[in-house]
Amino acid sequence: MTERPGGQSAPAYGDPLTAPFWEAAARRELIVQRCQTCGHYQFYPRPYCLACQSDTVAWVTTSGRGAVHSMTTVHMDIAPEFTPPYLVAIVELDEGPRLITNIVDGPCRIGDRVRVAWKDRDGMPPLPVFRPEGADG
Amino acid sequence: MNPSKTPVYVVGVAETPLGEVRDQTELSMVALAAREALAEAGMTLKDVDGIFVNYMGEEGSVQVGEYLGIQPRYGDSSDLGGAAFEAFVHHAMLAIAAGRCDVALVAFASRQRTRRLRRRTLAGQEMSLTEQFQAPYGLPIPIGNYALAAARHMYQYGTTSAQLAEIAVAARLWAQMNPKAWVREPLTVQDVLASRLLCDPLHRLDCCLITDGGGAVILTNAARARDAAKKPIRVLGAGESHTHWHMAHMPDLTVSPGAVSGREAFTMAGIEPADVDVFEPYDAFTITVLLALEDLGFCKKGEGGAFVETGALRPGGSLPSLTSGGGLSYNHPGALGILLLVEAVRQLRWEAGDRQVPDARVAVAHGNGGFFSVGATVVLARD
Repeated sequence: MTERPGGQSAPAYGDPLTAPFWEAAARRELIVQRCQTCGHYQFYPRPYCLACQSDTVAWVTTSGRGAVHSMTTVHMDIAPEFTPPYLVAIVELDEGPRLITNIVDGPCRIGDRVRVAWKDRDGMPPLPVFRPEGADG
Repeated sequence: MNPSKTPVYVVGVAETPLGEVRDQTELSMVALAAREALAEAGMTLKDVDGIFVNYMGEEGSVQVGEYLGIQPRYGDSSDLGGAAFEAFVHHAMLAIAAGRCDVALVAFASRQRTRRLRRRTLAGQEMSLTEQFQAPYGLPIPIGNYALAAARHMYQYGTTSAQLAEIAVAARLWAQMNPKAWVREPLTVQDVLASRLLCDPLHRLDCCLITDGGGAVILTNAARARDAAKKPIRVLGAGESHTHWHMAHMPDLTVSPGAVSGREAFTMAGIEPADVDVFEPYDAFTITVLLALEDLGFCKKGEGGAFVETGALRPGGSLPSLTSGGGLSYNHPGALGILLLVEAVRQLRWEAGDRQVPDARVAVAHGNGGFFSVGATVVLARD
């Protein structure tokens, strides 16, 4: 493990393919892969394009904006690090890829516009979460 | 393959001990069920030359084979979640038709209840994509995934919690006629809606039971089916598919892989959904059933809520479903698919007692695995 700028050890999960994602997260940038041949955006990363099968994929910074595709309010106690109730959502980025995330600073509904925020974690890169557009902060 | 030229039959079915099982192990439970199912087939373990198991032993069929004293010609421990067993019927059908095995044992047992094996998260798998991109967000496993699908279905089609609750009520009405059902108390839509909200919009009573249990199913060719002590039930068609592992990658949150597995199975069988007398859908959650009804074509996409509201699934309904009481009220040992096959066969043999669907000739068992990840469908018929 090497110390990287921002004080984070990398790769954060010992995963060489996702290392750039977590390095960008340390800079609070949400990046995904874009195919240099067909323009398809994809997340999580692969060494090739899922759409056209080319191997010309490159990391690009997203707008960090998207919409809530689905959402659930969790009322169960599943682990000490999660205090119910909290929101887990699938957010669809404007670039296309969907990701599982938390909605912070709700309330929020399916279809609402959201924007990436970053949740700090001990010893780990910040985690991308989302907050409703227009929410304070 | 053409199933009319190389017919394959289910010739034995059995449940393992159900509920809370403290005097058996998973392997001994499988042995009990296998021997009981083989007795129906007029066979013994010595006849089995194909083993199809999931979530069993170390190296799946390898340890099960050793335990049962079988050195098979065909072994399959494909991990297709709770849908594995309908997929195993598909695989066994092809293997038997191709002559690669003659007598297939499909089996499963779990003591998830007494051993308290349920996990609520997928955390702890170092380096995995799940660990990186899903576990940190606290999505409860598996219910959170199903809640995301249910919420989207409601948003897109106006499906209501009361419509989902009707599925649990229908299951309970059937369970009340099944002496082996784990819960048999009366249940109303209001009861479901008043039960604790776990992951919005799913309540506690939208969720299946957590019990011990399992079962065994024996398949064979037409020649060997003549030895059966009970009426052989024909496998008319089967199909399977899977679409995703992470919920963010489900291509459409309102369409399960049952859309493909159902079409494959119905096409092979040469029947339509309207020909089905009994439907045994995997009911891990009420929403699991709703998507299955739509995806297999029993109603149009988005109309599952209105369809169940007619009472279609209930005893006497237009599509008797969940006739054992299902995972919601009868038994759910973590992988329900095996028990859907057992109940479908018993309905087609006309031996389901008080809950017998009159004159049942065609039944469909539809398995679901993972998080709407896997669909596997089997069409069974009384000749």
